[in-house]
Amino acid sequence: MSASSSTDLNLTLKIWRQPSAAAAGQFKTYELRGVSPDVSFLEMLDQLNEQLIAKGEEPVAFDHDCREGICGTCGVMINGQAHGPDNETTTCQLHMRRFQNGDLIVIEPWRANAFPVVRDLVVNRSAFDRIIQAGGYVSVNTGGAPDGNAIPVPRHQQEAAMDAAACIGCGACVASCKNASAMLFVSAKVSQMANLPQGLAERSQRVLGMVAQMDKEGFGGCSVTEECEAACPAGIKLTNIALMNREYMRAALTATE
Amino acid sequence: MSTVAISEKELDGRCPTGPIAERWDRRKRELKLVNPANKRKYTVIVVGTGLAGGSAAASLAELGYKVLSFCLQDTPRRAHSIAAQGGINAAKNYQNDGDSVWRLFYDTVKGGDYRSRESNVYRLAEASRNIIDQCVAQGVPFAREYGGSLANRSFGGAQVSRTFYCRGQTGQQLLLGAYQAMMRQVAAGGVKCFARKEMVDLVVIDGNARGIITRDLVTGKFESFAADAVLLCTGGYGNAYYLSTMAKTCNVTAAWRAHKRGALFANPCYTQIHPTCIPVSGDHQSKLTLMSESLRNDGRVWVPKKQHDHRRPGEIPEEERDYYLERRYPSYGNLAPRDISSRAAKERCDAGFGVGQSGMSVYLDFAAAIQRDGEATIRAKYGNLFHMYERITAENPYQDPMRIYPAVHYTMGGLWVDYHLQSNVPGLYVLGEANFSDHGANRLGASALMQGLADGYFVVPYTVGDHFATSKQEKVTTDHPEFRGALEASQQRVKTLLGVNGRRSVDQFHRALGKIMWDHVGMARNEAGLKEAVQQIRQLRDDFWKDVKVVGSGEAFNQNLEHAGRVADFMEFSELLATDALYRDESCGGHFREEHQTEEGECQRNDDDFCHVAAWEFKGVGAAPVLHKEPLEFEEVPLATRSYK
Ligand SMILES: Cc1cc2nc3c(=O)[nH]c(=O)nc-3n(C[C@H](O)[C@H](O)[C@H](O)COP(=O)(O)OP(=O)(O)OC[C@H]3O[C@@H](n4cnc5c(N)ncnc54)[C@H](O)[C@@H]3O)c2cc1C
Ligand code: FES
Repeated sequence: MSASSSTDLNLTLKIWRQPSAAAAGQFKTYELRGVSPDVSFLEMLDQLNEQLIAKGEEPVAFDHDCREGICGTCGVMINGQAHGPDNETTTCQLHMRRFQNGDLIVIEPWRANAFPVVRDLVVNRSAFDRIIQAGGYVSVNTGGAPDGNAIPVPRHQQEAAMDAAACIGCGACVASCKNASAMLFVSAKVSQMANLPQGLAERSQRVLGMVAQMDKEGFGGCSVTEECEAACPAGIKLTNIALMNREYMRAALTATE
Repeated sequence: MSTVAISEKELDGRCPTGPIAERWDRRKRELKLVNPANKRKYTVIVVGTGLAGGSAAASLAELGYKVLSFCLQDTPRRAHSIAAQGGINAAKNYQNDGDSVWRLFYDTVKGGDYRSRESNVYRLAEASRNIIDQCVAQGVPFAREYGGSLANRSFGGAQVSRTFYCRGQTGQQLLLGAYQAMMRQVAAGGVKCFARKEMVDLVVIDGNARGIITRDLVTGKFESFAADAVLLCTGGYGNAYYLSTMAKTCNVTAAWRAHKRGALFANPCYTQIHPTCIPVSGDHQSKLTLMSESLRNDGRVWVPKKQHDHRRPGEIPEEERDYYLERRYPSYGNLAPRDISSRAAKERCDAGFGVGQSGMSVYLDFAAAIQRDGEATIRAKYGNLFHMYERITAENPYQDPMRIYPAVHYTMGGLWVDYHLQSNVPGLYVLGEANFSDHGANRLGASALMQGLADGYFVVPYTVGDHFATSKQEKVTTDHPEFRGALEASQQRVKTLLGVNGRRSVDQFHRALGKIMWDHVGMARNEAGLKEAVQQIRQLRDDFWKDVKVVGSGEAFNQNLEHAGRVADFMEFSELLATDALYRDESCGGHFREEHQTEEGECQRNDDDFCHVAAWEFKGVGAAPVLHKEPLEFEEVPLATRSYK
């Protein structure tokens, strides 16, 4: 580590520790000194873990991979906010310059029945995979696709599809919602496909299947508190939920597939 | 030059002959088929769920094979491919700017500095067109023009606009397309997904790849899986350098274990150092962040003309700036290929013209583009990248130029495969970044996504079938002694790692390895440095097994232990990388030996002695590997000095 400088932070960290899914968890408090304001939140945790390992203690488990805000692997509650205080920013992209010397930071895993804790700050989000399996795709096999330009997609529609497709599947929407609803996640996929001509053939089946699976996984309903939109690091908009509700109504009333 | 043991027999890439444009079609006609009813009798293990693994798993299951898919992440959708930003190449010629399959083929062979296989590259260029069609059909939201047709941008090493993109998230969208195709097959019962399971060994029975050993990352349990073929789609090994643009879990473990079981490792010294990354700013960094090459469409690279000029960029007048890429490579300018742009940046910084506190960065300036097109246009094109830059550096790139420096980004080397993507171990196929096949000594931008998807969607579904149809094999089960032996050895290894109980952390060892690699096996290499690197790696490896401290238990979720296993493999592998770099006594593409350069500092190839693939056979840790050569022939694109001037 670099020699400590006057701008370095000394922090108190209150972190959820839980050895396994079956074990009981509890908060533990750690003092961490000399954190550069230029490091990312996860690099701060790396620093804590190096300190714990040196003492022979088990490091804090947390999920991460790309550390660029795109893979959706990271994500913890930071002082009660999913991914922490910055707008449209994942935990890995949050930097410590956002904090003050002497701060107390409370760090917890996503809390939702559908996301059981694996260890410490790591949760199991495989429910999202099962929702996609229930219809989050276009049924085309490899080979035989028509020329890419054979299906023109008006630019505003493509842009709308891309806005929704930007979801990184991190689960912050679920974690921030008091009902642990997955509506923002599900609606992003529904809305991507509903905006594209390729998605139309399976339009009804898709929304019915995905919503049914969402309910089956134990996610809660949406009561439009808008916390999900505020927490989303990928800027997914609440309007997707409105669109999905329309798609759902349409499908429920008219589906013949 | 060092002396190495060389195998007498040349490697046969099984490439078709005849007119290049007909080769793949002809080979497809020759390949034997498995009838639809029989396909369900074959099990294929696909390790990795990136573009290569995801597309292969989906396509094979669609055909009717039983697919078992494995990945390290909590879900297949998070494979490292997700991080690709800029785009994917395809020879569609939608821009009517003179593109063609042949031109993409030519650019790739030349871009790779004449160290790739012509047959493979041509097939890749052909498949590129199908990839775009396939992805569009899946609902991948590629950028469009107002009229609704597909849009393109330019990438380095090409004079045509052939790169398709989804804002700055092309990898994400292509990967989600493949992932969704795979999820559809999970629902249909064709693919069984095993997330958070790490392949720790390959099982070879009677010379054929017949299965793998895995460790469950949640419970720590070891398991065996048997199959009729194993596909490794496990990505690149850039994290041998510790700091790279790759995701933290990227590793060499699966490939290295296969190598130790007999698979040849080809050209490991071909690593790509990408010119536009956010520079190292201290020793706290855990990884480096790429600023997509697409930025060079609109950004101009420069340094001050005066050495050690500490003025703010805005205070340096136009005539005192050196746009060194435009100066040195007028016909490609800021879009010169990666290896060349990276070395040019290093040359300027080493000579004292670099900027920033450490003097180890150069400017990437958007002022001219913002003035020309307006800030809104630039924001629409690159908004997410600018935002990422600002979050990391706390500097505003709309006002001041970005500061960038080269960083390890991609690895062209990988397990050796023939034209069918099969390694020298029958039944073991290697796809995507994990193989060595298509990019020679330097990969062009937007070509890795293309290769991963070509391998998975359009090559392996044909060639695996031929393997099943032509090599009748007994079924094996995991009770076979080879499975039991491999499983026990894997368990023992974890015990050994946990038992060292030394004083230095895994991360400390990884950083130390990275420093050796960057200092001696980085952008510029020489004989003395490489020999030094080999010694230092050996020493570090010895220290590791005596002094590493791994905490926690083997029977639980233990990220420290996972990391330890991967670093242990990097330590063995890095010696091979340095050995290969020492052997290749020429400069080509990303492999720059200081002894071999022109007066202007460009690469000097030695086609007489090194126009071949160097594929290494494992002979034991620390023992000299044996070299197998595959000669490379250039019939369509005659060998020439690569020039971008
Ligand atoms: C920041 C960045 C930007 C890039 N941008 C571009 C771009 O714009 N255009 C372009 O063409 N290329 C780009 N590239 C390169 C490109 O993204 C990669 O080369 C490509 O995605 C690799 O795909 P893959 O399928 O081979 O491997 P990966 O996507 O790396 O997937 C590897 C898979 O293997 C699994 N795995 C690994 N080891 C094991 C094991 N032991 N057991 C089980 N599973 C294992 C992983 O979990 C993962 O699922 C970029 C790369 C980076 C780093
Ligand atoms: S680690 Fe990938 S989004 Fe944070």
